[in-house]
Amino acid sequence: MSAVAVLPVRSARGWSDPSFRSLATQVIVLAVLAGTVAFLATNLVGNLEARSIRTGFGFLWQAAGFEIGQSFIAWSPSASFGRALLVGLLNTLVVASLGIVLSTLAGFVVGIASLSRNPLVSPLARLYVELVRNTPLLLQLYLWYAVLTQMLPAASAAPQLLPGVYLAKSGLHFPVLQHGTEPLLAAVLVGVLAFAGHGLWARRQAERNGVPAKLWPGLLLLALPVVAVALERAVTASFDVPRPTRFGFSGGGMITPELTALLIGLSLYNAAFIGEILRAGILSVGRGQLEAGAALGLSRGQALRLVVIPQAMKVAVPPLASQYLNLAKNTSLAIAIGYPDLMSIGNTIINQTGQAVEVIAILMCVYLALSLAISAFMNWYNARVALKGAS
Amino acid sequence: MRIPFKSGLAAAALALAASFAAPAEAGPTLEAVRKRGEVVCGVSTGIGGFSIADSSGRWTGLTTDFCRAVSAAVLGDAAKEKFVPLSPQQRFTALQSGEIDMLTTVATWTLTRDASLGLLYAGVYFYDGQGFLVPKSLGLKSALELDGASICTATGTTSELNLADYFRANGKTFKPVVFEAQNEARAAFFSGRCQAFSADMSYLSSVRASDAPNPDEWQILPEMISKEPLGPVVARNDLDWYTAVKWVLMALIEAEEKGITAANVEQMKDSTNPEIRRLLGTAGDMGQRLGLDPGWAYRAIKRVGNYGEIFERNVGPKTPLRMERNSNALWTKGGLMYAMPVR
Repeated sequence: MSAVAVLPVRSARGWSDPSFRSLATQVIVLAVLAGTVAFLATNLVGNLEARSIRTGFGFLWQAAGFEIGQSFIAWSPSASFGRALLVGLLNTLVVASLGIVLSTLAGFVVGIASLSRNPLVSPLARLYVELVRNTPLLLQLYLWYAVLTQMLPAASAAPQLLPGVYLAKSGLHFPVLQHGTEPLLAAVLVGVLAFAGHGLWARRQAERNGVPAKLWPGLLLLALPVVAVALERAVTASFDVPRPTRFGFSGGGMITPELTALLIGLSLYNAAFIGEILRAGILSVGRGQLEAGAALGLSRGQALRLVVIPQAMKVAVPPLASQYLNLAKNTSLAIAIGYPDLMSIGNTIINQTGQAVEVIAILMCVYLALSLAISAFMNWYNARVALKGAS
Repeated sequence: MRIPFKSGLAAAALALAASFAAPAEAGPTLEAVRKRGEVVCGVSTGIGGFSIADSSGRWTGLTTDFCRAVSAAVLGDAAKEKFVPLSPQQRFTALQSGEIDMLTTVATWTLTRDASLGLLYAGVYFYDGQGFLVPKSLGLKSALELDGASICTATGTTSELNLADYFRANGKTFKPVVFEAQNEARAAFFSGRCQAFSADMSYLSSVRASDAPNPDEWQILPEMISKEPLGPVVARNDLDWYTAVKWVLMALIEAEEKGITAANVEQMKDSTNPEIRRLLGTAGDMGQRLGLDPGWAYRAIKRVGNYGEIFERNVGPKTPLRMERNSNALWTKGGLMYAMPVR
């Protein structure tokens, strides 16, 4: 018979207990962080009080008093600071959304061109990418702005491209409908809904019959209401045509050189990155896929569109999302070339009211919301294009 | 470090003499300036005619000349000054922190700045205002004719607000193109993006003189749409220093009114006019009352001339800036320059 010696299991206590240690460390780090934030916040409040600087968001309802160069909603200097921020936000959203669309289109062209077997196209695309990717965006914006303002003709010598359409240093001037653009907007909405509805129906038909759906009936549905309303308006309503004045043009619609320069600069800059992302995505798809496509009788273009790109997108979408975020945030460089975006108007408001902390807090929240919205959309899209079943 | 006995003794004697010469109760800034033997002035980073470093690195301009006048008045014949170039964002902080003794830039005197920044404006050395620079080819006579024009300007001061107020008050419209910095707004204007460039007249004159391809092709419209009085600023902690700076400015203006110039100040010392004698220290005890010595105003005028001479030399009609006296003329000639009586 042998005695089994039972060794007492000593449970770890205090710092030698890993779970206690990790909990304690986290509590300490959290306490230090909270303490620092609280210290800075009290400091801030104290300093603001000591310098008798007003705090609070009441200023948002006061009259702004300054003029804004471009606005998509009604604006006058007697409107409030809050509305000024809204004007700036819309200006930012216009640039960001148009920039994302344009840079994606240009990026696709660049990405595919850089993989081309054509001895001219591929090196040109590579040159473009290297040139654009390796110079600062701010410098490129200055360049485009200088190109637009230096090279376009003065307003007094502006050529008439089409009846009522002028291109000058002050921008592209074009006629707009005199009364209410609401019917036109409604027509656009109807067109988009019809297009989407037809798309769904056509896809279901295609799955049932095995015949690929045609694109043109959808496009026709998209364009028809707009064209109809535009024609009706063109006959019944009158146009507000830009009239040459001593200092350029009055009336009509206008696209300023600031908006154009910003849009070109942002789109071309981001197109280089997006091109690289797509190139990486396409290269990640094995050659065998293209060859299999060819074996099925698909043309090179069809194989690219139906086989390679859908798989490439799986790789490309996550970096694409961060590129879109970059673009949206880089719209804040607009102030350097005089485009009244959110940042520029926020800057003016800080100068007028001195409420720097509040305005910067609002700007940060807005940019954060914008970025999160883009992220959420790209995550949704990513989940859609991801391989089903592959985690 | 070993100090040779003789020069050490000499330094000690000098220090002793200086301590006798200086009134014991001088404020902290005045005291520090005397001890250092140098006045440290904050200046704009480069506005032609007001404060700009020339090709040899010497600072010239109306505001830097004022700094030299103060230095000569306070420090005597061995007067020295150091110029610290400051951006608009840095200038008040530099003064509050004591990095500079006096701010001689183109900073507008406003209630907010005078009352809530711990600073004091010691007077006005230039009455400025926001105006418009336009190409002469437009044939404009007045800013009111700018109805519907695009106007380039920079954010940062109240210029955007002044513009909107002016055009609204006159029932006119304009299209603002607002840039972050003056030089971007200026470049856009010269490229033809805007029909007018709006900024302080002093700056517009400077831009026309040094940045316009051909200064003769540009004009500054007569309208001033805001009041921008520019003056020296000191910290609030030393009223003796503040008073000394204020009265150096008065002395320069008074000198012009009495016809005292850098060239004739020597003869003027023997003038029979009691007002001139009091100013130049040959009669009365004006210097002592300021905590300075009797020759304070004499040295300031001798070094930089009277206010009119400073103006003509730096920004007047014969300089590239081509500015007329207008508001900056003496009160006896329809301007606003008026010195309090020296008695």
